[in-house]
Amino acid sequence: MTIKTMAEYAASGETPEVLFWVGCAGSFDQRAQKITKAFATILDKAGIRFAILGKEESCTGDPARRAGNEFIFQMMAQNNIQVLNGYGVKKIVTACPHCFNIFKNEYPELGGNYEVLHHTSFLQQLIDEGKIKMTEGGTFKGRRITYHDSCYLGRANNIYEAPRKVLEALDAELVEMKRCRSKGLCCGAGGAQMFKEEEKGTTRVNFERGREAVDTGATVIASNCPFCMTMLTDGVKEQGKEDSVQVLDIAEIVAKQLGD
Amino acid sequence: MHLVQQLLFVIVLAAAVYLFARKVREIRRNILLGRDVALNDNPGERWRNVLLLAFGQKKMFRNPLVAVLHFFVYAGFIIINAEILEIILDGAIGTHRLFASPLGSLYPVLIGCFEILAVLVLSGCAIFLIRRNILKLQRFIGHDLDGWPRSDANYILITEIVLMVLFLTMNTADQVLQSRGSEHYIATGNFWISGLLTPLLNGLSDSSLMALERGCWWLHILGVLAFLNYLPFSKHLHIILAFPNAYYADLRPKGKMENMPAVQKEVQLMLQPELAASEPPAEGIPKFGAKDVQDLTWKNLLEAYSCTACGRCTAACPANITGKKLSPRKIMMDTRDRAEEIGRVLNKQGTFQEDGKALLRDYISEEELRACTTCNACVQECPVSINPLHIILQLRRHLVMEESSAPAEWNMMFGNIENNMAPWKFSPDDRDKWAVEMQG
Repeated sequence: MTIKTMAEYAASGETPEVLFWVGCAGSFDQRAQKITKAFATILDKAGIRFAILGKEESCTGDPARRAGNEFIFQMMAQNNIQVLNGYGVKKIVTACPHCFNIFKNEYPELGGNYEVLHHTSFLQQLIDEGKIKMTEGGTFKGRRITYHDSCYLGRANNIYEAPRKVLEALDAELVEMKRCRSKGLCCGAGGAQMFKEEEKGTTRVNFERGREAVDTGATVIASNCPFCMTMLTDGVKEQGKEDSVQVLDIAEIVAKQLGD
Repeated sequence: MHLVQQLLFVIVLAAAVYLFARKVREIRRNILLGRDVALNDNPGERWRNVLLLAFGQKKMFRNPLVAVLHFFVYAGFIIINAEILEIILDGAIGTHRLFASPLGSLYPVLIGCFEILAVLVLSGCAIFLIRRNILKLQRFIGHDLDGWPRSDANYILITEIVLMVLFLTMNTADQVLQSRGSEHYIATGNFWISGLLTPLLNGLSDSSLMALERGCWWLHILGVLAFLNYLPFSKHLHIILAFPNAYYADLRPKGKMENMPAVQKEVQLMLQPELAASEPPAEGIPKFGAKDVQDLTWKNLLEAYSCTACGRCTAACPANITGKKLSPRKIMMDTRDRAEEIGRVLNKQGTFQEDGKALLRDYISEEELRACTTCNACVQECPVSINPLHIILQLRRHLVMEESSAPAEWNMMFGNIENNMAPWKFSPDDRDKWAVEMQG
């Protein structure tokens, strides 16, 4: 499958329906690349004409801004907005809730106004519109799945239902952790924590969350964020459950369940 | 004798109101130490927040049992205060139960309702004391409450119980005196609760009953006026400030961080130098982030005074849960303490000069600030719309932009973003490697 860039679309005088903003984790992190590939596969199967920015994409500036470095954030944001506006981008979908949040809430006042969707909302739309169909039975039939709310999709933007609706379309048993939805416990990566050692404490945030997720008895932990993915995977390992409990992004789960 | 009592009452009342008003002015001045921010958009939604969050205590209902108890105490407290109006008028004019005859048969119904609320307040406060001191709920035993804040909470609960007992005792004595047809104690009809308690006091003589009734009346109103003046020094100030705080609550999605127009402009001029020519020269050197309370917004400071240190934020904070130093409640308490400290200097000297201290480090450590995951759990949980995260992020901005103080890993991350367009040290050329791999 060939994935076209905005530049290629522009060169052929065409406009894609949507820009898939991959994000740094989705581009470089080996585990997150699988999420990226899964989502691109779904888009392709659903017949969505999408583009990526390719080498023209750069960090949104989120970790810098949350760490306190507004200068770097502004530099990245203004450059990104220039690129996006240059291509006349109207609609963006991203598999990273941090990128989603910053496009939706923080770029508009800098001149970047786009319709922004997180990939879980996009997937829900594709299912609702019948553009993708899940196979009956399949990999997740009867399996117990628990969903981890990422902070930047959940509390930050009040999106709790779309990811759950997607999971409900599977033939699986959905169980909630005690701390879910607006009470969901962070994975420990946000606020640029991903890029530094945790402060001194009695345990790690991802260990605490990993334990809670494993305690549900689920064999699949569904996540919607590449950073949660890293954190929860380590959390599950700490519980010694890496062989029996999988951490999967919602896009990966859907991709595995796609019918023809 | 009556006239002396009346005079005494008016003097005490005036003094209490004067002292309270003076302290309120001080707090207002302290809150306005913060930088200005416009929060007057969308009045409709703001009033809705006041109704739902402050009056309706919507967020308290995340824990329904506690919410109901708290609602009893709150409703009781507000509604019983209607009775204070009668007490004040009686005290000033020298009457007894002034509203009894104009209201007629409605009067005992009203008092009956107040009495039921009084019992609910009493039980609510008793249960709250048990939760704090015997059951020792997690959020009440945190070290950030050690000392005064923990006692403060108990004083308030005990005072409310005492006031309610005084109110009920006063009414009971009154009911017995009424039944004996004592002069001055006009018959009002049966009060619902104190009417049941009369057997307890039946054995007392008329004069003891009158002494008891008057004693309770005086102690009750003096207690109320003392409480009024205790409020501004206490965490209990939330009963007033929760309302403006709900009105000025942030209406934007919680994920949105405050923009810094000064930095935006500077970066814009750097990226497009051709704009600089038409740009008026900047006035002074802008400050980045916050080091002390004056750098925070007045809303942050209003929040600090609105915080009742209930600890729902801290109980939900992932950093705190996992044993880190950060406690969002402490962030708010520290902010208020520092504003009060500056306020005391202002009271003494009229102006504030550098005292060699600041909110940052003297109150809130870097370690606390660096433990935050910006997950917004504290913001979500706060029943009165306080946003500790906003303060944390402003202090972080100061650390990084004014002091270049960041963990080495963060400095590397900044460098990577600047040079490689990603927080990790990967080659920007590899950004679409996954897409190339998919061509196959």
